[in-house]
Amino acid sequence: MKKFVNEVDNILSESLIGFGKAHSDIINVNLSPDFVSRKNKPNKDKVSLISGGGSGHEPLHGGFVGYGMLDAACPGQVFSAPTPDQMEAASNEVYHNKGILFIVKNYSGDIMNFEMAADMIDHANQTVIVNDDVAVEDSTYTTGRRGVAGTMIVEKTIGSLAETGASLDECKNFGDHVNNMTASMGVAFSSCTVPAAGKPTFELSADEMEFGVGIHGEPGRRREKIKSANDLTKEILDNILEDLKPNNNQEVLLHVNGFGGTPLMELYLLFECGQKLLEKKNIVVTRSLVGNYTTSLEMAGGSFTITKLDENIVNHWDSPVHTSSLRWKI
Amino acid sequence: MNGIKIFDSIRNIEITINNHKEEIEKLDQEIGDGDHIFNILRGLQELLNLKDKLVDETSDKIFKQLGMKIMTTVGGSSGALFATLLIGMSKKFNPELNDLNNLSEMFYEGVESMKKRGKSDIGEKTMLDVLIPVSKTLINLKDESNISKVAEKIIIVAKDGMLSTKDIIATKGRASFLGERAKGHIDPGARSSQLAIEAICNQFINN
Repeated sequence: MKKFVNEVDNILSESLIGFGKAHSDIINVNLSPDFVSRKNKPNKDKVSLISGGGSGHEPLHGGFVGYGMLDAACPGQVFSAPTPDQMEAASNEVYHNKGILFIVKNYSGDIMNFEMAADMIDHANQTVIVNDDVAVEDSTYTTGRRGVAGTMIVEKTIGSLAETGASLDECKNFGDHVNNMTASMGVAFSSCTVPAAGKPTFELSADEMEFGVGIHGEPGRRREKIKSANDLTKEILDNILEDLKPNNNQEVLLHVNGFGGTPLMELYLLFECGQKLLEKKNIVVTRSLVGNYTTSLEMAGGSFTITKLDENIVNHWDSPVHTSSLRWKI
Repeated sequence: MNGIKIFDSIRNIEITINNHKEEIEKLDQEIGDGDHIFNILRGLQELLNLKDKLVDETSDKIFKQLGMKIMTTVGGSSGALFATLLIGMSKKFNPELNDLNNLSEMFYEGVESMKKRGKSDIGEKTMLDVLIPVSKTLINLKDESNISKVAEKIIIVAKDGMLSTKDIIATKGRASFLGERAKGHIDPGARSSQLAIEAICNQFINN
């Protein structure tokens, strides 16, 4: 394993301390229990948005704490859900008289730990569960689809709505709506190495890819030979569009997300493939985001996320945001 | 049941799991995300660190504190579920009962709480395929006088439960994301639970 490490057990805390110092104008980092919260508290009552999940997906979620997005984020150990005391402490820190909205990716560990936290806190609270990954079909199983790169789109748009002073119910309903309008799917070209494990999570030969991979390198639909970017784009977008069933001339946000080990040059190439293909299908890309936003440590590969836009979603996507990893109009 | 016995059990579990570390890690990487073994070992170490602080407390208090410790240090599904098991067990402790009676009732309550937390039941390729049969067998045998005999029976039930996960198509836990692809693999949570139960049982047989 070649990583920047002093002690494997201290990776998370050293990284969090560095993150806090690098962005001391925007966020505070609290250790034991670990959470990231806004430096400047809102000057009006608002619903407080708290997300969290295993570490290793940076900038998700700590990189999205700040004005217009999250109030706090709770990082767990690498690829492990955070613990309920983290969410409890974060809730007490950021509560602002209008209730707490948890935003949780649909992974069983995250769901259980956030549920335990919800039982523990005294403030009114609700939870939006994000399950945008179409790689593994939804079914009668409660675990259902995974929550992946679409999560940050849900966080951005609810974050904007919450700044307007909207109620807890309004924020929860809007979050569910954005989640329903959003679908993702990705492929991995290489594995990632969880520092505590010290070796790659899975093996792929030089000419193989994992189609429909999850954001922990966990298997997707199948392992197969790599294909051209155009062929891959077609296969992924066909799956996403089958789920979203967009109308003719539907306006969409197209997000190309890198998993951490793929250069931006390739991600922009992928965006070009996606935009071209959608244009042919009379789907209009009016908003775009390309970069490493929901990563899986150093895994190579990437995912497409599409969100069907309506007036509300566009407005809340375009509104000002000031976080360490997403910033515009401010 | 007392603090010394409880911490002896945790020590024995830790030794057994450590001896099977690579096997469990491999099972988890085949059908999960590879974090299970680290969570378990980290959690067990945290529990052992509490020995000096808790060893003289009453058993219900010890179980509750062990559960809180797991809840706040482990994370992941296994942290939430094992915390729920231990806190559930602490609620049923009754100092009037003999150890086997007490443990049977406590374990049953703990496993029922886990089922609720994980919204899961037997036959879904999880650690519950080990824990539910063990909890039921314990209740059936709770008035048995020969403790060694009970322990030997529980070892067999736990092993059968663990092996049964091999042919189940997962519907819960990380393995459920794999569907058919997880078939033929033993669930890592079931394997680590079975090893933990075997470690505790061996303690009773050896005595």
